[in-house]
Amino acid sequence: MKLQAEGLSYSYGCKLAVDSLSFSVEDGEFVGLIGPNGSGKSTALKMIYRALRPQAGRILLDGQDLLKMPYRQSAQMLAAVSQENEVPFSFTVEEIAAMGRSPHKRFFEADALEDKRIVAQALAQLGLTDLAQRSYDQISGGEKQRTVIARALAQQCPFLVLDEPANHLDIGFQMQIFSLVKGLGCSALAAVHDLNMAALYCDRIYILKNGKLVCCGSPEQTLTPETIWEIYGVRSVVSRQPETGKLSIAFLPKEAEQAIGTVFNSHLQKRRF
Amino acid sequence: MQAALFARGRQRGFFCAQSPGFWRMWENDKLAKTERGPAASAPIRLEVWMKKRRLQTRTVLIVFILAAAASILLAAGLGPVAVSPGTTAKILLSRLPGLGSHIPVTWQAVEENIVLGLRLPRACLGMAVGASLAVCGVAMQALVRNQLADPFILGVSSGAAAFATLGMLFGAFAFFGVYSLSISAFLGAGATILFVYTISRTRGRVNIPQLLLSGVAVSMIMDGLTSVIKLSAPNALGLHNAEFWMAGSLAGAKWAYLTLPLATLLLCMAVLAANYRGLNLLLLGDDSAGALGVNVPRLQKLLILICSLLAGTSIAVSGTIGFVGLIVPHFTRLLVGGDHKRVLPVSALLGGILVVWVDAAARLLIAPEELPVGVLTAILGGPLFLWLLSNQTRKNRR
Repeated sequence: MKLQAEGLSYSYGCKLAVDSLSFSVEDGEFVGLIGPNGSGKSTALKMIYRALRPQAGRILLDGQDLLKMPYRQSAQMLAAVSQENEVPFSFTVEEIAAMGRSPHKRFFEADALEDKRIVAQALAQLGLTDLAQRSYDQISGGEKQRTVIARALAQQCPFLVLDEPANHLDIGFQMQIFSLVKGLGCSALAAVHDLNMAALYCDRIYILKNGKLVCCGSPEQTLTPETIWEIYGVRSVVSRQPETGKLSIAFLPKEAEQAIGTVFNSHLQKRRF
Repeated sequence: MQAALFARGRQRGFFCAQSPGFWRMWENDKLAKTERGPAASAPIRLEVWMKKRRLQTRTVLIVFILAAAASILLAAGLGPVAVSPGTTAKILLSRLPGLGSHIPVTWQAVEENIVLGLRLPRACLGMAVGASLAVCGVAMQALVRNQLADPFILGVSSGAAAFATLGMLFGAFAFFGVYSLSISAFLGAGATILFVYTISRTRGRVNIPQLLLSGVAVSMIMDGLTSVIKLSAPNALGLHNAEFWMAGSLAGAKWAYLTLPLATLLLCMAVLAANYRGLNLLLLGDDSAGALGVNVPRLQKLLILICSLLAGTSIAVSGTIGFVGLIVPHFTRLLVGGDHKRVLPVSALLGGILVVWVDAAARLLIAPEELPVGVLTAILGGPLFLWLLSNQTRKNRR
């Protein structure tokens, strides 16, 4: 499924959080949004999964205007993992995951066996089968995050929006979730904090700062020491990992920066992708 | 805490899906799986489990429906003049077409009058009001995503009280005739919620924290107005009546009073039941609910409308009966879990049963005088609420 966002803007009060941002996700592509805290990643994603209504611009999903669609219809095409994962009421893990089936259901329609199977599969994919009957308010933060991802999987949409999906997760689950989403073959748009994860899994990357697009392109084009310095104010060394063939980024603390300043500079000149 | 949790687990196990039997089945299946290889038994397990779960929800419902019917029957016999449940049942059966002629009349005319004319409508009204309040509580808690919200949190009761006292003491709504009290209370409730709703709308959406806070502020204003009206009251009897009514009472229930609350209840229940998935999703938060196909602004408006209808009608017929709308949804969740598909019907029945019995107690405790039901629910419900509150904070801290 193809997504096109054109000239999106949103402001909270007088602070412009996203400033006429345009981006696109091609069919089957995994696209990452990267940027420092407060750069407008979440706001941009919220407009895509319809938690916020853009004040300007439009969003096309396979050529259809997303903002004019009924919510139920858009939820059948586009699933989201937001950063909200607290539920102040008692539900079991399975019940939370089963809520992903809601957009496919009509009034009064009960969950069918097929829905149960989809939910059970989603839970199994995230290693939650043993927790299925546990109370959601008594599991850990990482388990909650996995439950929410299982819910999005149970929604079975051709497009996934992920707002920092690896939040609260250990490295094992982080890798597993990114691989899983890649393996689903659906289009995905994700806000990613970990640049190494972005380099490993993203097909394309958009870099935001202060609600504006800084640059976009493949990880090789975007994740350069210069951009990282410009965006985060951190020195780094970017190299290609021979085993994966992907980029690997090492960050340099202030002290190391001075010590290897000369090395860094020569390194910088050598590395041009 | 451990003991409490265990007790809670047992309670849930007894009534709902997570029964020990289910666990055993799950365990057996895990064993079977390891023996026969993965996923071999998955469909069978699901099928059995779903059947079991449906059965249990149905069992809970049937038990509560029977309990509700029994409560109405028993409560119709209780009061300053005691009528045995057998006689009550006979009096009722004698009124059924086709069956009436077969039942010998063994009771006195006065008993029949008390049961049919006074107690039965009162018990039925109690059932309807209790159910309305409980369902209203469920909807309100989903709307504000907080288990400690109750039907009157948006100031409906204070608004109703202000208008009703105005009507009762000064005859401001006398042109409505016998229903002037009910109608003035309903108008008060409606006006308050409309006001609260209008000031808490921002950019077409309801701002929930603002809704809650303006509810508190408006209810304070309305309470102040009520005090002013009461202080300038021209007659003492009117004042007493107003006080009694505001404290919540089912005294003076007639069959004619039953139509409106019952119709409102059925209508609202139907709408809520049709939206039970939306209610569940709303608890996940606005963003997630929207991403899962809920038109959040529309559902919020719908819930506000339903809450004001339910609270307004129940206040109109019975004054402010507090704590039912708070305690009942909470206990229902302990019994059957958080899914609104189960919470809605079970809490309606539980609320009805509770109000019928508290009302029976209210007319027995200081017979032949009566206590207002609202006073009794407050005295009983207050400590319960505090217990729940401390339980919840302890759980959060853990």
